[in-house]
Amino acid sequence: MTDADADAETDTGTATTAATVTTDAAGAKSYLNAGFGVTSWLLTRDHKRIGILFLVTLTLFFFVGGLFAVLMRIELLTPPGEIFQSETYNKLFTMHGVIMIFFFLIPSIPTVLGNFLIPIMIGARDLAFPRLNLLSWYVFVAGGLFTLAAVVAGGVDTGWTFYTPYSSVYANSRVVLAGVGVFISGFSSILTGLNFLTTIHTMRAPGLTWFRLPLFVWSIYATSIIMVLGTPVITITLVLLLLERTLQIGFFNPSLGGDPVLFQHLFWFYSHPAVYIMILPGMGVISELIAAFTRKRVVGYPFIAFSSIAIAVLGFLVWGHHMFVAGQSVYAGMVFSLLSFLVAVPSGIKVFNWTATLYKGSVSFQTPMLYAFGFIGLFTIGGLTGLFLAAMGLDIHVHDTYFVVAHFHYIMVGGMVMAFLGGIHFWWPKITGKLYPEGWGRLSALIIFVGFNLTFFPQFILGYLGMPRRYHAYPEELQILNVLSTAGASILGVGYVIPLIYLFWSMRYGRTAGANPWAAQGLEWQVPSPPPVDNFETRPTVTDEAYAYPMRGDPAVQEGMRKTTEMPP
Amino acid sequence: MNRDAHAHQFDTAEQQDAAARLGMWTFLLTEVLLFGGILTGYAIYRAEHGDAFTAGSARLDFWLGFINTAILIASSLTMALGVHAAEHRRHRLLMFFLAATMLLGAAFLGIKAIEYAHKIHERLLPGPLFAPAAPGARRLELFFSFYFALTGMHALHMLIGIAILAVLLVMVARRPDAPSIHRRIEVTGLYWHFVDIVWIFLFPLLYLLGPAGPAR
Repeated sequence: MTDADADAETDTGTATTAATVTTDAAGAKSYLNAGFGVTSWLLTRDHKRIGILFLVTLTLFFFVGGLFAVLMRIELLTPPGEIFQSETYNKLFTMHGVIMIFFFLIPSIPTVLGNFLIPIMIGARDLAFPRLNLLSWYVFVAGGLFTLAAVVAGGVDTGWTFYTPYSSVYANSRVVLAGVGVFISGFSSILTGLNFLTTIHTMRAPGLTWFRLPLFVWSIYATSIIMVLGTPVITITLVLLLLERTLQIGFFNPSLGGDPVLFQHLFWFYSHPAVYIMILPGMGVISELIAAFTRKRVVGYPFIAFSSIAIAVLGFLVWGHHMFVAGQSVYAGMVFSLLSFLVAVPSGIKVFNWTATLYKGSVSFQTPMLYAFGFIGLFTIGGLTGLFLAAMGLDIHVHDTYFVVAHFHYIMVGGMVMAFLGGIHFWWPKITGKLYPEGWGRLSALIIFVGFNLTFFPQFILGYLGMPRRYHAYPEELQILNVLSTAGASILGVGYVIPLIYLFWSMRYGRTAGANPWAAQGLEWQVPSPPPVDNFETRPTVTDEAYAYPMRGDPAVQEGMRKTTEMPP
Repeated sequence: MNRDAHAHQFDTAEQQDAAARLGMWTFLLTEVLLFGGILTGYAIYRAEHGDAFTAGSARLDFWLGFINTAILIASSLTMALGVHAAEHRRHRLLMFFLAATMLLGAAFLGIKAIEYAHKIHERLLPGPLFAPAAPGARRLELFFSFYFALTGMHALHMLIGIAILAVLLVMVARRPDAPSIHRRIEVTGLYWHFVDIVWIFLFPLLYLLGPAGPAR
């Protein structure tokens, strides 16, 4: 019932079109040449084009969210709150959080790289529900517009967590607009997750068994489970919040016997698993990068695959660790604490397997691999400091301090954004058919790594010394660390702008990539760059496991290495 | 008319059927979580404020709820018969059952509207208008917050279901031999049954656990 009348009745063949537009070497029309008008993009049902639509939208939101971070770091250069009033500052960190989490991190890798790659990686022509896929983008844009309207209309000051009763009763900011924006964007998440789950289950190519799937597909599968199971809970929670705020129908209001902590439970039941929506796809990208740039099978494939599922499942059982100081029972806290420690096990399995893959591999240091190395180191720091926070006693000391801020930025920015950029660089030749300038790529990867650590490492110390988050003023003795952090943020900002420029540049001036510039394994490297509209001329049959790189000493290995080292400087 | 026609991204009609079915089941899973979130809140408050919630249940109209339950179960039957008719390509019968399902759904919503009107008249609508003189009124208001939110969410799903059935009815009337009809009817049937099952949970939780509920 979701379809209009046309789709089921279209032709069943490979749908080759007879138009005389530019064709690539393989003879099929590339998805970029399939149409040039605005409507050919806005009404497309091609998963690859929808991925591009998401990439453009998310880039915009990333820089809007980043702008708020810049303003915060400028304010924190000096101890007294000199530039913004505390109310304005509250709005800055709220809008930074809302936009970065709901409109960049959660959709980032799934909607861009997932949309582009999942059908190709499993040997399909498109996702199972192309129309829902396009709808997902429109819904996302609608949610984004509501949120941006909230920004323009005066902003929100509740923090991205929208805690009641402040958000439902007392806040004098645009809670309803922002809440509706987040509410709407949730449907985009649900549609995307549903589409991926169905596609991966029903549309794999002949011979592509579950344990031959690329690990990226496994991680997107695990992510989709969380999207499908978690997002509806935040949806209904926001509905209740909005009803309470607009119609004064009490659900969490203590004067009716309601319980604000119930809101926190429902909120974190989604929002903690959402952390794994934000990191699991990044882990999938890293698995692909490590395999391609060590030219080896990933060590412990089934362990990495199942650790994704384990993280998805465990992620639903740990939300209480956000509420150790919220009046939750100590016994519940102990259980949540123990379960939170357990998440370290599958995460550790991944890190150890990636590291072990490097052993005796032909490691090369192309830009994507630099991002992968950055990810592994920074994710490890972020993950280990997460264990500090999972320990109840220590959490009471550092709760709501910059220690927490540093911890989740190591995961979200040091992890997910690094993986996102690594993945974008790795598949850029596939997406655009053009090579990016490798020298600039490596330089910006280094700048981002240095800038990131300079920004966020001092925040661990600040938090340990007791600087609370969400304050625009602080004692003078903390100024040095804050200045270091702001200096790092400036470097980080430069690091993010450089790829934006040279990636755009490369679309016009970059060298032609060819089907497989990295000499990498995987179905996506067997189709032309950029891929034709229907991805494959004939349905591929898979006969081997993923990452079937030739063993060391094989002449093909030397050939592969020669190819990768011939990348432009 | 080609029974094997399928959308271009699929290899076979069977593959498309499987995808449509799995997609709908996955969607229903999200619906379970959607209602699950609010039912969790209801369960917690019911345990905390048992007396007020029991008193709230007692103020609901058991017979209207009972009749609505019977109507919805009947509509599930007509929906199932509709799916059966679609399988056997009996289009006129299919159209009859689709219309019957829609009518039963509309009857449910009509009775629900009457119930809502009664409750609003008795000033049991939570918010500024809520003002019964009974003791423990604020806890009672909390019960009615959940009553309206739960039944309102359910009614919204009924409305969407009726709208989908209306679209399908038009499609069957225009092109009864379209190969995709059967798949659409089957998937819509899954949705309709799910919405009925939600009510099967809501009816006892809201109406029946009241006077007969455990004393506190």
